[in-house]
Amino acid sequence: MTLTKAELADLLFEKVGLNKREAKDMVEAFFDEVRAALEKGDSVKLSGFGNFQLRDKPQRPGRNPKTGEEIPITARRVVTFHASQKLKAAVEAFPRGNSQQP
Amino acid sequence: MTKSELIARLAERFPQLVAKDADFAVKMMLDALTAALARGDRIEIRGFGSFALNFRPPRVGRNPKSGDKVQVPEKYVPHFKAGKELRERVDYPE
Repeated sequence: MTLTKAELADLLFEKVGLNKREAKDMVEAFFDEVRAALEKGDSVKLSGFGNFQLRDKPQRPGRNPKTGEEIPITARRVVTFHASQKLKAAVEAFPRGNSQQP
Repeated sequence: MTKSELIARLAERFPQLVAKDADFAVKMMLDALTAALARGDRIEIRGFGSFALNFRPPRVGRNPKSGDKVQVPEKYVPHFKAGKELRERVDYPE
């Protein structure tokens, strides 16, 4: 099973009482705001879930795995996610008490 | 940006809703994301990224204070992979 924006929108429709349009827009806006903050260079701290942070990585030597040719991997900024203690604790027990494999 | 700042921004974007709805919606979504991972499900948000579980095999660790060996059991840890759009938007401009 995979959770997608469609299931999140269904949930907001059923549990929060938003109409279908609002539910879909709210899910979209949620991820859009997180993305916009990260794009600006802000980290995003969602207490109880986790933190999205930015890391600046310097250029490093790399290699084309097919040809063996050396090519530099350019300096870049990447997003990292650090799960909160609560989220870590929630998944740590899997799959004990659950036969499903991820 | 914190969770309360995120809720405030969403409340602004949805003036037709009462502020409590944005608050409740964010909490519901974060709970649903947590519950999905706790069930071992993947999460795929197009344009944002995906969350999945990574397996950590059992290992022998050490108590850093006493130096005693301790068995650390196998476990799963949450893992996020940024999607293409997010990756390109946070990276330095070309």
